[in-house]
Amino acid sequence: MQDNENMSHENDNDEHHLPANGDNGTESHDHDVDHDHDHDHDHDHDHEHEDDHDHHDHEHDHHHEESFISKYIFSLDHKMIGKQFLIYGLIMFFVGGGLALLFRWQLAYPEKPLPIIGASQQYIDEGEITTGADKMWEKIFDSDKEEWIEVNMPSGVIEPAFYNMLFTMHATIMVFFVVVPILVGAFGNFLIPLMIGTRDMAFPVLNMLSFWLAVLAAVIMTAGFFVPGGHAAAGWTGYAPLSADPQWTGVDWGQNLWAISLLIQGFSSLVGSINYITTVINMRAPGMTFFRLPLVIWSLFVVAILLLLAFPVLSSALALLIFDRLAGTTFFTSTAEGGGDPLLWQHLFWFFGHPEVYILILPGMGIASEILPVFSRKPIFGYRSMVYAMIAIAFLGWIVWGHHMFQSGMQPGLGAFFMTTTMLIAVPSAIKTFNWLGTLFRGSIRFTTPMLHGIAFVSMFVIGGLSGIYMANTPVDIYIHDTYYIVAHIHYVVFGGSLFAIFGGIIYWYPKMYGKYMNDTLSKIHFWLTFISFNCTFFPMHILGVGGHMRRISNPMQYEFLQGLQDINVFITMSAFTLGFAQLILLFNFFWSMARGKVAEKNPWNVTTLEWEAPTPVPHGNFAQIPTVYRGPYEYSVPGEESDWIPQAQPEHAPATGGD
Amino acid sequence: MDKWLPENVSTFGQGVDDLFMLIYWITLIAFIAVTVTLIAFLILYRHRPGHKATYIEGSTKLEILWTTVTTVIVFGLALLSYPQWNKIKSPTDLPPPEVIVQVSAKQFNWDMTYPGPDGEFGTEDDLELENQLHVPEDKVVHIHLTSVDVIHSFFVPNLRLKQDALPNRFITVWFEATKPGKFEIPCAELCGFQHSGMLGYLTVHSQADYDAWKAERWPPQ
Repeated sequence: MQDNENMSHENDNDEHHLPANGDNGTESHDHDVDHDHDHDHDHDHDHEHEDDHDHHDHEHDHHHEESFISKYIFSLDHKMIGKQFLIYGLIMFFVGGGLALLFRWQLAYPEKPLPIIGASQQYIDEGEITTGADKMWEKIFDSDKEEWIEVNMPSGVIEPAFYNMLFTMHATIMVFFVVVPILVGAFGNFLIPLMIGTRDMAFPVLNMLSFWLAVLAAVIMTAGFFVPGGHAAAGWTGYAPLSADPQWTGVDWGQNLWAISLLIQGFSSLVGSINYITTVINMRAPGMTFFRLPLVIWSLFVVAILLLLAFPVLSSALALLIFDRLAGTTFFTSTAEGGGDPLLWQHLFWFFGHPEVYILILPGMGIASEILPVFSRKPIFGYRSMVYAMIAIAFLGWIVWGHHMFQSGMQPGLGAFFMTTTMLIAVPSAIKTFNWLGTLFRGSIRFTTPMLHGIAFVSMFVIGGLSGIYMANTPVDIYIHDTYYIVAHIHYVVFGGSLFAIFGGIIYWYPKMYGKYMNDTLSKIHFWLTFISFNCTFFPMHILGVGGHMRRISNPMQYEFLQGLQDINVFITMSAFTLGFAQLILLFNFFWSMARGKVAEKNPWNVTTLEWEAPTPVPHGNFAQIPTVYRGPYEYSVPGEESDWIPQAQPEHAPATGGD
Repeated sequence: MDKWLPENVSTFGQGVDDLFMLIYWITLIAFIAVTVTLIAFLILYRHRPGHKATYIEGSTKLEILWTTVTTVIVFGLALLSYPQWNKIKSPTDLPPPEVIVQVSAKQFNWDMTYPGPDGEFGTEDDLELENQLHVPEDKVVHIHLTSVDVIHSFFVPNLRLKQDALPNRFITVWFEATKPGKFEIPCAELCGFQHSGMLGYLTVHSQADYDAWKAERWPPQ
């Protein structure tokens, strides 16, 4: 490991020098070196290992321009920025998930005090806490936060206003601060330069700016929880006039900070997307034609274009919203004398929002398209049709936004158009699904943990895609619009789809990111718990939706026609808590494996794509020598070849490397 | 799945439910086909020593086949749905009203205004009731829907009817209830802190009951 790093440091300033691992012909030799080295480590004591590291870092400080700050904080290196985005996204994932658990409690047990927090009834009644779990809350109740908790959760019961804030922020955080930063920020940054065979992004400083803007946005968003009145409570879609005029919500600065934060997050995405597009177009390695790009790069490229075009629309809508709120304009509010129109907000929001949905799912499709061929040892089925299908989805994404607005008062005549375009998305989605199945057909399937996540992605995406047809159908949508049916649908797409892809992607690329494996037993436990509790949580929501259960209500027991469904709500909540706790296993595994994970070899899964050509850990500049690409990304089990994989960078007629 | 649907009491509700069930069967069959294939492939082509994967890059024939089949199903479904949508929501295809009620949503109530015997709004005999919508069965009812503050959504699950109410805009929706009874009218669009619990009631009367209710409200002179 260190050998590789040393070598490449030497090579930073000397591209012409050919180290052992820069030449494919000697790769197997290099492999041996790695292996010996790992072997040594097995005999070393841990502290010796660490000493070695310390020494190394020390050297680093003295002989390189990289200080701790420039390496780990204000890093210009695409890999470090990718990892920063990943950890950022994981932290926010737990914030967003925690909020969901709070409101799930309220839905299952309306107006019952929360467990643990709720037990502090004693404090409310007697002013002191003497028993068990309450002790841990004593500090909070004695601090100046007391007021905050008492306002929002008197006696540990979630107030309706607080409930609105919880689901608003759950969705806002999950969409803008978890899924996009991880899929686009983390995987995009880490994978694009490595997989197209270049040393870094086109604009490293912009890249750093993109991350730190995202941090700023997250700080502002988090601050919203602590302003008077609480955070935004108009839903993640922020429908005006509820969001446009504080008199309707009582939520004041929270909503302002929400808009300001998303505006900044928009700039972050914009800057990132320009970088991705430029990098993919201009910096591909020799021989890396567009149709030799791995599908995950195609997906990220398409998504970058969507981001570039979609986010400015949201940004302008947010700017107008801020004017409405702070400067007294009336873009989104109307009065009898005139003014703007609340529907304008919906048009702008969903013109951004629907491409946004594909921003959330396309990279997931890309990741699944990497994982499935590798562990089936087969080429992806229908590479080109996969690319065209993604482009078709991205294009259709621009002309379907009205399907969010069938019941909004938009001219009903438009319903026919938006229904047709929306249902057409089933076509490229079906193409992709059948191609994934075709990839498995006559393969040699290895059930590794990344593969389990990849398979889960496909099957959950199928459910999420099929359930979308109900909402696309205008007459059926009249009934199920704004019910739990749509909640089930979005979670099958974004959790069942994007998040399973994210989990699979993290485990799959972890060895390249951190030079270690994640603990496989923990990963498998996490997978099965997540897969089962995910389905137990979100599948029954379809039934709630069919029963007419509205979304965003805090107490279903207020409605006679929903009381018969309450057992389902209780079951969902119990499953949701299981799902939440299962994610702690992932979090633990992620950080624990960084320190204690088994050291990974350079290309542990025998993958053909370029990122695995780079030494592990990947040095600054990635490749000792820029690889040349000779073939497509999925050359597995080529007839007449001894090895069942041929790396993209392996010259024609060269002896096969590696093997099974 | 249909047993979870609340009872339908509108003339057009059955059309919605039929489409729902049609999509249900299409998606159920698609789901089972994909899942069975997936599981079969996972078992048949699991890694075993000595077996090698077969190099298959794709099949243009299959791509054309499944693209065509999906497109045909999608357009077929769309064609079946247009008339149903127009029947319920098209502003130009509204059946002529026999009863008109103005429904004005406000945080967090439905204000129902009845025009009274003169059939005109804004006159002395108007009657305003909070959260109580009374209509006769088997009569075409027009709802003039509006809002005085934020967006609300007029949702009557049993009628399969939902329409957002917008401030300073009147939207006309119609229904014809087929069965007497009392049904809930929740608000389906987040409208503020008391959104949960914003609830009105639709009372469908038999014609005789409706006449009696009217006579009670507007005693004959």
